[in-house]
Parts: sequence; C-alpha cells; structure tokens
Amino acid sequence: MGGAPLADVTASDGSLRRFLHGLPGVDAVGLEARAASLGTRSIKTTAKAYAIDLAISMIDLTTLEGADTPGKVRSLAAKALHPDPTDRTVPTTAALCVYPDMVETAVASLAGSDVKVASVATAFPAGRTALAVKLADVRDAVAAGADEIDMVIDRGAFLAGHYLKVYEEIVAVKAECGAARLKVIFETGELSTYDNIRRASWLGMVAGADFIKTSTGKVAVNATPANTLLMLEAVRDFRAQTGVRVGVKPAGGIRTSKDAIKFLVLVNETVGEDWLDSHWFRFGASSLLNDLLMQRQKLSTGRYSGPDYVTVD
Amino acid sequence: MAFEYAPAPESRSVVDIAPSYGLFIDGEFTDAADGKVFKTVSPATEEVLSEVARAGAEDVDRAVKAARGAFAKWSALPGAERAKYLFRIARIIQERSRELAVLETLDNGKPIRETRDADLPLVAAHFFYYAGWADKLDHAGYGANPRPLGVAGQVIPWNFPLLMLAWKIAPALATGNTVVLKPAETTPLSALFFADICRQAGLPRGVVNILPGYGDTGAALVEHEDVDKIAFTGSTAVGKAIARQIAGTGKKATLELGGKGANIVFDDAPVDQAVEGIVTGIFFNQGQVCCAGSRLLVQESVQDELLDSLKRRLSTLRVGDPLDKNTDLGAINSAEQLARIRTLADAGEAEGAERWSPECELPASGYWFAPTLFTNVTQAHTVARDEIFGPVLSVLTFRTPEEAVAKANNTQYGLSAGIWTEKGSRILAVANRLRAGVVWANTFNKFDPTSPFGGYKESGYGREGGRHGLEAYLDV
Repeated sequence: MGGAPLADVTASDGSLRRFLHGLPGVDAVGLEARAASLGTRSIKTTAKAYAIDLAISMIDLTTLEGADTPGKVRSLAAKALHPDPTDRTVPTTAALCVYPDMVETAVASLAGSDVKVASVATAFPAGRTALAVKLADVRDAVAAGADEIDMVIDRGAFLAGHYLKVYEEIVAVKAECGAARLKVIFETGELSTYDNIRRASWLGMVAGADFIKTSTGKVAVNATPANTLLMLEAVRDFRAQTGVRVGVKPAGGIRTSKDAIKFLVLVNETVGEDWLDSHWFRFGASSLLNDLLMQRQKLSTGRYSGPDYVTVD
Repeated sequence: MAFEYAPAPESRSVVDIAPSYGLFIDGEFTDAADGKVFKTVSPATEEVLSEVARAGAEDVDRAVKAARGAFAKWSALPGAERAKYLFRIARIIQERSRELAVLETLDNGKPIRETRDADLPLVAAHFFYYAGWADKLDHAGYGANPRPLGVAGQVIPWNFPLLMLAWKIAPALATGNTVVLKPAETTPLSALFFADICRQAGLPRGVVNILPGYGDTGAALVEHEDVDKIAFTGSTAVGKAIARQIAGTGKKATLELGGKGANIVFDDAPVDQAVEGIVTGIFFNQGQVCCAGSRLLVQESVQDELLDSLKRRLSTLRVGDPLDKNTDLGAINSAEQLARIRTLADAGEAEGAERWSPECELPASGYWFAPTLFTNVTQAHTVARDEIFGPVLSVLTFRTPEEAVAKANNTQYGLSAGIWTEKGSRILAVANRLRAGVVWANTFNKFDPTSPFGGYKESGYGREGGRHGLEAYLDV
C-alpha cells in the first residue's frame, strides 16, 4: 500500500493544494460526451433483469424530511426488507438512510436482517455548524446503532481553498465512526466544476472515506451520469495507486429504472465487476425503488401494472 | 455473476432491400446498356444483399446528357426554390433515418450506433445547412450572383457512403449545378435509396443521377468531356490519376484523399478524455476514416500511464454484430481492405514494432480485424508513414513541443491532427504550426456542416463544408 506518499500530501495546506491541483484536469465536454455515449447502451431481457435486481439491492432507501416520524421510518424499513410484498424473490435494499434521531427506530425495525442503517450526520445537509457539534451528531448516530455515516464536507472551506481544514474534519469524523463505514458527501452541485469534483474525491479518499457520495439531494443539481463517471474514475485511480478500494454513491435525482441502469453501465465499463456489489456501489434514492419494482413486474409478467401495484411510502 | 449485455439487435425489418437495383438516370431506374451487374454483400456476414447494375461508358454518357439537359432550368431557378427541394430532402432523410441507418450498417459493416448517432444526423444537417445557403449566394463573398459550374461528376468512397454523398450533392445543388455521382462498388445501396428520396422530394429529372460501378465507371465519368467539375474523395493514388487525367481540360477539381493524422497528447492533458479521444480518433468506423488519428504522439513522461489507461479502455471495446446497438467496432468494409490492413500490420511487426490487441473474439464469417496498437514505433516504420485505413494505432513519443510538431508534420499527408493539453496557449501555438486541414483541440473526429474540411499536401486540395465549400461549385 502506498500510504507513505499520500501521508506527505497532507503534511500542510500547501502540499495538499499542490497535490490536488496536480491531478489531471477534466475536459467537461469530453467527460459529458463519454457519459452520454455510455447512456446509449441498450440493456435488454436477461441483462435488464439482472440490472434491476442489482439496482434494488444497491438502494439506500432514504427519508430525510423534517416531517419524518417513527411511523414513517418503520413503514420504510418494512419496504426495505420486502420491497414487493407479492414477490419474495425481490432482494432487500442495501440500507435505510435516516436522520440521527431516527436511527434507533430504524435499527429496531431492521433487527435480524442484513439491511444496514445509514444515518446522515455532521449537520446535514448544509454542514454549517461547529466541528464539536458535527462530531456529537456522528457520535449520537453511531451510539444509536448506525452501520454507516453519511457526512457532508465543508463546501465553504473547500471553495475558499482551505483543503486541509476539509481534510482534518473528515479525519475527525472518521475517528468517531468506529466500525461504521463513512460516506463522504461532496455536494457536487455546489462544487460546480469537474476539476473540483476530482479534487474533492481524492481529498475524501486520502482522508479515509469508505464511500464517496455526490450529493445530499437537497440542491438543484445532484447525481448526474457525468459526475458519477468522474468519481468512478477517481476510485479506480485511487485503488491503482494505493491498493485501497472505495465505494461510490450517486444520490438525488435518480428516479427511473432506465436512469439507474445507465449508472450501472457506467460502473460496469469504468471500474468493472469489482464494484457491481452493494458493498461498493449505492444509489441514494427513494422513488427509484417503485419504478424498479414496476419494471420487474413487467419483465416477469409481460404486463405493466401501475402505481397501485407497488406500495406508497 | 457479471453484467453481460444481452443481444440488442436493431431490427432489419425497417428496411426493404430489393433483389436488384438499376442505374438512376434522368429520374428513372434503368439497366446498364451492356446489362452488366455486380453483387453487394454485407461485410459482417458476407451475405449478398442485392444485385446492382454496373454503369459503363455509354451509361455515363447518358447520365451526363441528362444532367446537362436539366442544368439550364435548375440553375435558373431562384435560390429560394432550390432551397425548398433541399429542405425537403433533409426532412425526408430525417424521417427515414432509421431505415437508412440500418441499410448503411448492412452494406458498410459499421456499427448501428454510429450510423444512427453520427452518419445520419450529419447527412440531414448537411442538406439543411446548404439549403440555407441557396438563396444567400450573393452574400457568400464571391460577388453578386455567382454562377454554378454546370455538370458535376462526383466519385465517393465506401467509408461514409451516404455522408460523403451529402457532402458532395448538397453544395452542388444549392449552387445550381446538376450531378452525376458514382458510389463505391462495395456500398452502392444508400446512394440508390437516396435516388428514391430525390423522386419522393419531387426533384426535377436529371438534376441528380446515380451510377453504381467500379473504378472504370469513375474514370469514364472523370474523362467525359461535358463534365465541368470533378469532386473526388478516396485514395491518394486515384486522386493523383484524376489530377493527371484532367490536366489541361479546364475541369475544376476538389480532391479529398488520404491522411495519417497525428493525435498529440501533452503531459498536462486531461487523461481520461484524451484516452476517449484516442479511441474515437482511430477506432471510429474501424479506423476507415481519412482524417483518423492513426498516429498517437505522446509525451514521453506520461507514456506508460497513458498506455496503461488506453489498453484498459480498449479491453472494454465491444467488437461484433454491427446491427447490435451495443457494438463499438464493426466489420472491415471488404476482403480487399482487410487484406491491405493485414499486410501493413504484418509489416509493422516485421519491422520491429510491438503489436498488442485486447482479447476479443472475432466472428467466424465476414471481414474482421481486432483493434490493434503498435508501440515502439519510430518515424521510420511503415506503420508510422503509410495510411492503413483500419483499426490500427501507431504510438510514437516526443519530448518537447518542437519535437511533437516536427514529427506530426513529417508525413506526406496533412488532413487532420489533434492536440490534448489543459493549456490554452499551447493549443494555439501548436495548432498554428501544424500543416493539417483540421486541428482538433481536446477532441477528435468532430464534424459539422458549418466547418470547412480538406487537406494539405497529398491529402488533396479544395475545401468541403461551410461557406468555403460553396467555392468548389461556383465559377469564381
């Protein structure tokens, strides 16, 4: 493992800046063209059936609303366990993703299953609070039994060029996670340029992220094929350089099976089979699940059912 | 379980190929005077698609007379009236684009992804673009009321059959010329479907004539004394023969010939996009592209990293059934072309260049060649100098921008080049010194009807496309 050279990278704000700005640039037109071109892959019959089940198994079924109640969380947990009550061959989702105060309810509802409990923390989604508060937020979620923590980076510090501050914060959060896996959310819509997204990806990975994640789902631009492709290239290159594998989670705005399958094609043709597993790739989504279930019913019965044949959350 | 894509073939039922086709002269399909025919096959399967009339000298004479007969009326039409026909043709091409894409894929062997997403949209775009010029010729920069030349004899290649037809016919008609066009012998079908589109559009008889045939048909057309203008796209050898043939006759000519494009990757290039650009540059249309980026010039300091990325990327290329919507690399157009590619690749190996191909299974029938890289190539190697016109990339290195420019320009050709760097000033500085008709920056093989296209040196002369493309068909 090449840990030593990357340790040098974080020795100072200056060295970290030189490293991040030394990464190869991203040509926006070319990146988007490649993502669009992979979007024309035609995934049919057996390949489609495989992709739909894989996508279901990769969903972090998410509710992150001010109006969330224990009842809502229990209902979503039931859906994570049995996405289609009429068909027990449907896989469970990967995780249920909730706010820290709902972790306890989620853990109780999912007890005995393989479905993970993920919790956003660090003053999600803005992250604009003191580090001590963010760390307390993480501790709270971990203590309540969260298997995974989804943190947000300090975009203000990143855009101001204070990379070391962003780095140290991720390291501090990671230290609070214990056994929980850490997903680092960049809020790519706020970072704005692809060069920034590549730098943030490396910054997050060097700081110890288990997953890098596009967005909170709370801003105008969330996961796109292009930003996800770019992050897949980053985890591929990071593994080649350090031997460490990092997961990727596009979140927000992925609503249809067709979209989800396009993302799986990106995974397949960029990082390959190694990442085609819920341990290494996730979808942060809620309405996506019902569309996948409807497409799955269509494939197995030959007929489209309709929104009354899948459950509302 | 791996994510294996199930077959996703485009349906052949959208295109109805007749068992035989005639020549298209004066608005009618007719047999060749001597009754000769030839077969056209699908290069992916060697299946015979149709039997096509083969035009001889007598047919060329008939077609040129028909074009001459139609010229007076056609050229006298107000530009806005000619534009209506061109707009109509463009619209019909769009409406029939799926049918034409499948047809082109069957006859040429290129993937449906390309005919659907590149060829056909560009074909329609060319007709739309030149339709717009037809009533604005006074403002093209050649003075008031520029005159057409007369009858244009056009000979086109097999690599982009319908697109090359569009490049030739659209500006010719917009400027008021009439046309006799010979498609390549391995890909005559889309031109014959285009003849049908001309009828569908109500284009006056004789304005467009299509004569399928071999080299002798093309030679007869070039030789015909009542042809005013020759437009040829194809090999440099034939281009030179044409130039000799028409010397002293007063015929105007545009020749778009071979190339050995340099794709120059500097150490500060956006690596992932450069890799995509290299792939597009040499594997688009199986490398059977005159402006292909067939020489990769990579800065020595990033050679290893870039080649690793490139090889990894080539391993994901999907080679096979061109009608499958997921195919990236289709068949080579003909047995003859395949033999040429093999000969040159073997020469590369014999001269000591290092050959590499990803693991890929090629279909048992049809004409196939695996994507191939040559490394340790020098300027002295055949694979660095001769146009291969196939999916074969020669990799050379350089140390400084001066060396990159010197090596890029050290070729008998001068059609295309690419520059990959994040530094804008370097793009401009290097582009200014490259002797190539088109220089792409951080992209490759991008085409647009508004942009002129053509070569330096043995890549030919004259420009097609854009405002410049009008000049070739005007008496200026």
